[in-house]
Amino acid sequence: MNFDKELDARGLNCPLPILSTKKFLSELTSGQILKVIATDPGSVKDMQAFAKQTGNELLSSAESAGEFVFMLRKH
Amino acid sequence: METKKMALIATKGTLDWAYPPFILASTAAALGYEVQIFFTFYGLQLLKKDMSGLKVSPLGNPGMPMKMPFGPKWFKEINWNMPNAVQALVPGYENVATSLMKQTIANNGVATIPELRELCMEADVKMIACQMTVELFGFDHVEFIDDIEYGGAATFFEFAGETDICLFV
Repeated sequence: MNFDKELDARGLNCPLPILSTKKFLSELTSGQILKVIATDPGSVKDMQAFAKQTGNELLSSAESAGEFVFMLRKH
Repeated sequence: METKKMALIATKGTLDWAYPPFILASTAAALGYEVQIFFTFYGLQLLKKDMSGLKVSPLGNPGMPMKMPFGPKWFKEINWNMPNAVQALVPGYENVATSLMKQTIANNGVATIPELRELCMEADVKMIACQMTVELFGFDHVEFIDDIEYGGAATFFEFAGETDICLFV
């Protein structure tokens, strides 16, 4: 999937992946896509909750080799 | 949609209990909440310019695991529980526990308290110091960071009365 910006949140723990996601999204324009890579297992549930509450769409959430990859479309 | 609001009262002045108010406040701000924190009693320590004095105490805290943040896995897994009487008698025990805690925090990619407070400031979290306890403890306004306000219980209620979430930490 194509994306406009990538956030490497590997090694960061709660609430830093969410705070940096928010920061990165604010630098995008509506409709653009942010890719987030995280290692915090708590970020899976948190990213869903963040998307639901902020109106940014979580396009996908996947895990491979202990890493979590999220695709978010800016509201 | 109307902006959601959250008010917190921060009353603890230790390194471990400094986390909940700053984590909740920064996260709520990221979710679009308008946030205010009222710092009172020992919570005032969290508004000091110099927060290097924040410590964690395992004394009288049976819930706190005492594990080493370095060495091989088997060594890190040992829980070094000490009787309270021993902890109280060993000079510098709290300092050692604090530096081990700081190392564990860094190892786990957890933000430091100064970092989290800065993130809160950037996100426009409003911070209010309780003027009464500032005077009670003999603190001076110059000891505290700029960009905070001073007020009393009535100031807190002015905002708290309109919030969706209101917590005492």
